[in-house]
Amino acid sequence: MTNKPNMSKKTYLPIIGLEVHVELETNSKMFCGCSADYFGHEPNTHCCPVCLGLPGALPVPNKKAVEWCVMLGLALNCQIPEVSKFDRKNYFYPDLPKGYQISQYDNPLCINGWVKMKNKQSLISDEIEKRKMKNDNEKSKNDAGKTVRIRRVHMEEDTGKLIHTKERTLIDFNRSGVPLVEIVTEPDIHSAQEAKVFLQKLQQIIRYLGISDCDMEKGSMRCEPNISVREIKNQKSSFGKLRIMLSKVEASKIKTNDELPPYKVEIKNINSFKFVEKAIAYEIGRQEELLSREGFVRQETRGFDPQKGVTLPQRGKEAAADYRYFPEPDIPPIRINKLQISNIKLQIPELPDKKLSRFIKEYGLSEYDTGILTETRETADYYEEVVRKAQTLDSGNLEDSRNLGWIKTIANWIINKKVDIDKVLPKELVKMIVQKSQIRNISQEELEKAVVKVLTDNPKAVGDYKSGKAQALMFLVGQVMKQVKGSADPKLIAKLLNEKIKKKNEK
Amino acid sequence: MELFDLTIKEARDGLLKKKFSSRELVSACLDRIKKLEPKLNAFITVCEKEAREQTQIADKKMRDLGDMGDTRELFVRYPLLGIPISVKDNYCTKGIKTTAASHVLMNYIPPYDATVVKRLKEAGTIILGKTNMDAWAHGSSTETSDFFTTRNPWDLTRLPGGSSGGSAASVAAAETIAAVGSETAGSIRQPSAWCGVVGFKPTYGRVSRYGLIAMASSLDCPGPITKTVEDAAIILQTIAGWDSCDATTSPKQVPDFLRIIRNGVRGIKIGIPQKYFSVAETEVAKKVDEAVKILERLGAEIKEISLFDPKYAIAVYTILQRSEVSSNLARYDGIRFGFGRERFADEARRRIMLGTYYLSAGYYEAYYLKAQKVRTIILEDFEQVFKGIDVIVGPTSPSAALSVGSSKNDPMFGEMADVLVEPSTIAGLPGLNLSCGFTKDGLPVGMQIIGPQFSEELLFRVGYAYEQETQWYKMKPKL
Repeated sequence: MTNKPNMSKKTYLPIIGLEVHVELETNSKMFCGCSADYFGHEPNTHCCPVCLGLPGALPVPNKKAVEWCVMLGLALNCQIPEVSKFDRKNYFYPDLPKGYQISQYDNPLCINGWVKMKNKQSLISDEIEKRKMKNDNEKSKNDAGKTVRIRRVHMEEDTGKLIHTKERTLIDFNRSGVPLVEIVTEPDIHSAQEAKVFLQKLQQIIRYLGISDCDMEKGSMRCEPNISVREIKNQKSSFGKLRIMLSKVEASKIKTNDELPPYKVEIKNINSFKFVEKAIAYEIGRQEELLSREGFVRQETRGFDPQKGVTLPQRGKEAAADYRYFPEPDIPPIRINKLQISNIKLQIPELPDKKLSRFIKEYGLSEYDTGILTETRETADYYEEVVRKAQTLDSGNLEDSRNLGWIKTIANWIINKKVDIDKVLPKELVKMIVQKSQIRNISQEELEKAVVKVLTDNPKAVGDYKSGKAQALMFLVGQVMKQVKGSADPKLIAKLLNEKIKKKNEK
Repeated sequence: MELFDLTIKEARDGLLKKKFSSRELVSACLDRIKKLEPKLNAFITVCEKEAREQTQIADKKMRDLGDMGDTRELFVRYPLLGIPISVKDNYCTKGIKTTAASHVLMNYIPPYDATVVKRLKEAGTIILGKTNMDAWAHGSSTETSDFFTTRNPWDLTRLPGGSSGGSAASVAAAETIAAVGSETAGSIRQPSAWCGVVGFKPTYGRVSRYGLIAMASSLDCPGPITKTVEDAAIILQTIAGWDSCDATTSPKQVPDFLRIIRNGVRGIKIGIPQKYFSVAETEVAKKVDEAVKILERLGAEIKEISLFDPKYAIAVYTILQRSEVSSNLARYDGIRFGFGRERFADEARRRIMLGTYYLSAGYYEAYYLKAQKVRTIILEDFEQVFKGIDVIVGPTSPSAALSVGSSKNDPMFGEMADVLVEPSTIAGLPGLNLSCGFTKDGLPVGMQIIGPQFSEELLFRVGYAYEQETQWYKMKPKL
């Protein structure tokens, strides 16, 4: 073979776009009043004529779901067109009771957004141990920060669920019609790790919004990467140029389309972040090898096999179904005016990036600590609540040097997971910290005052102790502890009590 | 006069004055059905047992309240209490077989009531049975019913029209006091014209489609088929209005349709589209022409108008309707209810194939998208015309009832029979059919009154004025 491609030293740039599906946690389904909380429920108990696609039934869109979809779009810096509409995506599958899925085709609710990933994000999301092992060198290399453009965010409905047994296949329609948001990125991602980081960032934002639990294992978040690789002919100019271009925030102006390979491979059946990374990494390797060996890669849909860690062909994409999209005649177009958009904006909580910079500024914590504290909205809120509680206890203010100690101590407690924030109330945590770390050591004078008071108030116990009842001292120690709200060492109290009683005797 | 011959208004009067009970009224209709059905075939299902049970409840309500005095009050709460009605078999009726006249659904019993049915029941009506239709409402003859062909009460060798042929025939033959049908393009007006009864197609969105087995969702419209214009207004009053289960229903307040019904036509500007008359057979055109003259004599102002040639509407309608049908019928896959796809008959198969083609990649722009654009132009054409006139009057169907067998081997039969109703249908306009005389063969001729969107009140008013003057509705077929 004379025309065999040169296999030596070719460099490839992976080009990856993601389609992410997220189930919204609305009370009811997308187009009917059935409960959308289907997970773990008895099959076919959350259905009605609408989500079963019975003759004559009609869909009525869930207002909350549409609002939440717009909210997500806004959080992802999308534009919200004035008019949007639903379309029918026609295809046959047993889990699709109407023979079409109500989705959005050419007028999605949200378009042209972007997500900026600080690369610290990846570090924060990893396990602490793993993080500690990373060396500074690697950190700074990844620190560039990167923007992934969002092509669209649209609203659709989930399908039923097929349950395959040995003898037959059963259908559970509880999931049918659950609100589903689809987020489509531009092909701006260039490695398996970047894809994972993007997904974690997206998950974090969505969880902050409180509109979905985004659990990949449960299927409330699903990811289908589209992957291709492109040979880098002149590595210096082309690769460098792309890097610079993609680091700009206003990436939507960039025309990368003419640089896209003539094929793409879609991967399905991925149900964890780990597998997203694995599947993409495997696929990149497979494609690079094919390209260098045979010069082309077939466009197709592949499934990920988590046991073997490989992707396997599912169906050729060139023979993909024609979905015969057309406007859903049962639902009038949706108009969203500026006032509605600003009302939805008001509902958006402080998002991770903002919270991170505020924490750094307000509490003077390190970026590293802040990253962990703001990883979830719950942790961040918890932290701030504990700080507030500590302040009222101290009746001090943030400038107080002792408070700065507090802020760091509380952060450390939470970061090092000394406390289960789901179980311990903020004010209880304050107490625990007081007791354990004795930040709030009361002065000797205060302690003595308390001891004297306890001795005066409990003559009987004092008498008992004097007459040889050792337990009476324990009782008195307890009383003093109560007086000083636990902020003293019991041994010290016992010592003080003994001294005072002795002194009294001597008098 | 026999009880089954009564109009809603007369029946309600009789019940109110205790001249007869609901039981007697319903019995008279059921007996009539038993007698005529062997030759008429208007019903797919007769709900004799359920209907008789319901009369006991209605009569008890009247008895209980009658003793206490104000029965009239009862009819405010239940405006159709004890009145028997027939329902087209594409409305879902809880616990009662609903087939859309298709073999695919021949054993299907819905678990819920369509909104129209629910509202009729809440108003106190008693459902006599489910009427025959073209399968899936695909047709204008009732000949494409997968079960049997309904006959025209005026001539049993002729078709009743369709697709609400069973409903129209059951009213014309006085098997029932009133009926509900559904129209996508002509399916209420055309059979009403051929059977000589009143048929009303409301503005799209005026009446909920929830529970109506979908044909072409952007066009489907429930409506009454009755003996008189006033009866049609009474039924529409009951079924119209916003429905939380149908996102395409209008939130507009439903007016009292009877409020201005007796105001006459003096000063009303009626537009006459000559093209519609020239499409119709001479005898039909002549009858409608005479009707226009009567309206003019009654004080209406007649104006010639020019509308788009209805042939464009046929093209648009065919594309939109087939496309939506192909998607709407996808759910009949035999997995959860009914039988498999192999039971679809030729007409449904043709429409599924054609619609699938229209929506296919590469053809969508050429067909569906273009049809939507032309639809907008037709809508604007009507809007323009309505700036100078109040209503349009023309023939409903180009011909009177055709012979049994006419629709066979003509896939475009329906479209040709409905050429005069399709333009207003794709514009979503309301239309009223009522009788305006008979051909020399003794077949009824229908004329239609079309108005702007949500002008139902006005249509009833014009129709009522003409009906009172001519009283064609008093003519009954000999059966």
